[in-house]
Amino acid sequence: MGQRNEAQLGVKEGDFSYVDRARLIEALKSAVPPECLLVQQEDLRPYECDGLSIYRQVPMAVVLPRTEEQVVAVLKACHHLKAPVVARGAGTGLSGGALPHAHGVVLSLARFNRILDVDAHARIAVVQPGVRNLAISEAAAPHGLYYAPDPSSQIACTIGGNVAENAGGVHCLKYGLTVQNVLRVRGVTIEGEIVEIGGRGPDTPGYDLLALMHGSEGMLAVNTEITVRLTPKPQLARCVLASFDDVAKAGDAVAAVIAAGIIPAGLEMMDQPATAAVEQFVHAGYNLEAAAILLCESDGTPEEVAEEIERMRVVLEASGATEIRISGDEAERLKFWAGRKAAFPAAGRISADYYCMDGTIPRKRVGEMLLAIQGMEKKYGLRCINVFHAGDGNMHPLILFDANRPGELDRAEAFGADILELSVALGGTITGEHGVGVEKINQMCSQFTTAEIGAFFRLKGAFDPDGLLNPGKAIPTLNRCAEYGRLRVSNGQLPHPELERF
Amino acid sequence: MNSQIREWCDRIRLAGQSGTALELRGGGTKAFYGHAPEGEVLDTRAWRGVDSYEPTELVITLRAGTPLTEVAEVLAERGQELPFEPPAFGEGATIGGVVAAGLSGPRRMAVGSLRDFVLGCRIVDGKGEVMRFGGQVMKNVAGYDVSRLMAGSMGTLALMLDVSLKVLPRPVADFSLRFEIDQATAINRLNQWGGQPLPIAASFWHEGALYLRLAGAGAAVEAAVRSLGGEALGDDDATRLWREVREQTHPFFGGEAPLWRLSLPTDAPPQAVTGATALEWGGAQRWLRGEHDAVALRKAVAAAGGHATLFRGGDKSVGVFHPLSPVVARINRRIKTALDPHGVFGPGRLYRED
Ligand SMILES: Cc1cc2nc3c(=O)[nH]c(=O)nc-3n(C[C@H](O)[C@H](O)[C@H](O)COP(=O)(O)OP(=O)(O)OC[C@H]3O[C@@H](n4cnc5c(N)ncnc54)[C@H](O)[C@@H]3O)c2cc1C
Repeated sequence: MGQRNEAQLGVKEGDFSYVDRARLIEALKSAVPPECLLVQQEDLRPYECDGLSIYRQVPMAVVLPRTEEQVVAVLKACHHLKAPVVARGAGTGLSGGALPHAHGVVLSLARFNRILDVDAHARIAVVQPGVRNLAISEAAAPHGLYYAPDPSSQIACTIGGNVAENAGGVHCLKYGLTVQNVLRVRGVTIEGEIVEIGGRGPDTPGYDLLALMHGSEGMLAVNTEITVRLTPKPQLARCVLASFDDVAKAGDAVAAVIAAGIIPAGLEMMDQPATAAVEQFVHAGYNLEAAAILLCESDGTPEEVAEEIERMRVVLEASGATEIRISGDEAERLKFWAGRKAAFPAAGRISADYYCMDGTIPRKRVGEMLLAIQGMEKKYGLRCINVFHAGDGNMHPLILFDANRPGELDRAEAFGADILELSVALGGTITGEHGVGVEKINQMCSQFTTAEIGAFFRLKGAFDPDGLLNPGKAIPTLNRCAEYGRLRVSNGQLPHPELERF
Repeated sequence: MNSQIREWCDRIRLAGQSGTALELRGGGTKAFYGHAPEGEVLDTRAWRGVDSYEPTELVITLRAGTPLTEVAEVLAERGQELPFEPPAFGEGATIGGVVAAGLSGPRRMAVGSLRDFVLGCRIVDGKGEVMRFGGQVMKNVAGYDVSRLMAGSMGTLALMLDVSLKVLPRPVADFSLRFEIDQATAINRLNQWGGQPLPIAASFWHEGALYLRLAGAGAAVEAAVRSLGGEALGDDDATRLWREVREQTHPFFGGEAPLWRLSLPTDAPPQAVTGATALEWGGAQRWLRGEHDAVALRKAVAAAGGHATLFRGGDKSVGVFHPLSPVVARINRRIKTALDPHGVFGPGRLYRED
């Protein structure tokens, strides 16, 4: 199977080849008990990749500490030897953020899996970073509360990984992303110092380090404890399933809903190839004639939902929906969602491999993007199915390919890179919620200037002066950008001058 | 490049070379907040106006010197608003100053804080380089979140040129209630209500009266009014009350006595401190008037899981903002250096270096 490792990434980032494996393992042995340390090849294999399995790399060692003191000891040891450290949650990341470093250590937080406190009165939970996203909502459920951000991977992904990627979910339009639902992060710096950011109150003094931690891809500190805000469960949720005979009309309907002053609890879109793919085995009851469908959810009190659903129906009808169905009960609502939630597995069923993109663009450009993707399907000779968080313009095109066929992986990657470049050109970003990792590191050169990239490195240096936490991820070296041919000079010619306002 | 921006870039570069401090200033309405501003004034009001506004994208991009009143008007024309209801604290408040101060108004606990609505910005760093972070889309994890770092940075990191903010439709219904209850009961009730799916938008308790604001869909507000009881406030009275709370023109905030802001867990018990108290944000933001021993107050507040700011007046030599732990203080200093290596912007505004 086609895959990428460090050597194939082409550009050498920091050179850590000086790290001596024997010395490193010796140092780790004094930091953690034997059952917390893996060094044999067969034990290291399971950690060689995350959810983006085209990139694989076996690390020198994996540590699975149980206590914060052990995390401190591991980090101090690595800092002393100047060895790279890659934190890892569940490894469901889709951008290679947890991809190991050939000369470094993977620090798995898998054993930090305890919910330390659920305070129903204050609506707060204190959890360890290895706790699964859904487990928090399950623990809060008896109190009528839940943890709002709900990535599709929520049965597996960890809250530590969610903070590191600023994960979103279908309900983020109304309830916010991870960054809006976390009150405090406690972490350990590469130097082994404890850093407490945030608290149980609404804000903290000093610069907003809590915001900075979100989406920082394990490059600033290793999180060891997280305090999250819990939200009261809405009494009721109902979902409108609207079909359209034209993708652009569906896109316009999204804008019309927002223009009407409605913020749905969820607003998702799937194109025809996507509905066809999922319908085969979930039988969500989607209209397969439709060029696109929208799922538009309302939640709240029964009175509120009734009122909002009616407003949604009127807007969707006026936007040219060919069919509108409203969930009559919870079973039907879940059935509507089952198709959307099965999109990734469905892609896996109809294709040997798939590659998930994550660009975010202004909602009004969605139709344009879909058209362009159709052109790219021809250009690269690959199919693409489209599901997305339409409410926030966050698209997840799934490019279908077969890595065993020579050249297809390369074409899939080139296809993906095209989509990302276009996302930036349309006024958007290369990643909405999956992170840059190793995957989109080249496209960072298109989105940011050399001065901006320099600022990112200096900010990282404020936490990790030696650049040991997850090196080679998220922020490209200028050297890499030069090789990629996308060195953007500050204040000079931008790729899209029309976006400049001066 | 625009000549105004070029002029500022040059000025900042020169200031770095000559060791001159610059006070980034909009309307100057928040000069009272933080330590006294120092340095030559760089007036941002020369850079004003709405750069782009797309109601269906829920995004507005503003030049930093744009008056807050203008922003509110532009949004109101399309039935939208800045839901975190930032205080203006005076006539000439600019959006740049609002973001830099990072303050949120009455609805903060229901809708999120100012920083939650910051999507992107364009800045000039301490070396005179123009840089852009974030963007105009709702979700963006490309690079570190520098835009949100600007919120509350009080002009100490960079000159903000433009800022993109998420906006929201104004709630269809907005209705306020009054309850006569003591502080402890109010705190307890607010936490109980907070755990239920009620459309509570804001709260204010002072001198035995709790005011509760409900906002959202008409049906939800009506249902809540029926179930919560209390005494209804007229629309005009309600509008006035929440404006007075937001702008601190309510009698509680009058006079010269020092004003302390406590940021606390919502369920923290009433502090054992003397002096008049008001409470907002479901119990998470509390105000104290009068002279307090800063060290003792901060110790008590920290023990309860919060922090204390000397918000207005008083003896600032005790430090306006709650002291940071040594590790966090070091990271803060390094962040400052990362964006402003020569220490040009607002030296000492947040923390005085001893
Ligand atoms: C089928 C599927 C569906 C998905 N759907 C969504 C979705 O809807 N929305 C969404 O946002 N994402 C989605 N994802 C992506 C992924 O689940 C998220 O990015 C998730 O937040 C990763 O969590 P994790 O525990 O698996 O982290 P990992 O993959 O293990 O790590 C991700 C990053 O976090 C860092 N990290 C992990 N733990 C820590 C820690 N304790 N301290 C510091 N850094 C740490 C790692 O170094 C790495 O950079 C999906 C993935 C899959 C496979």
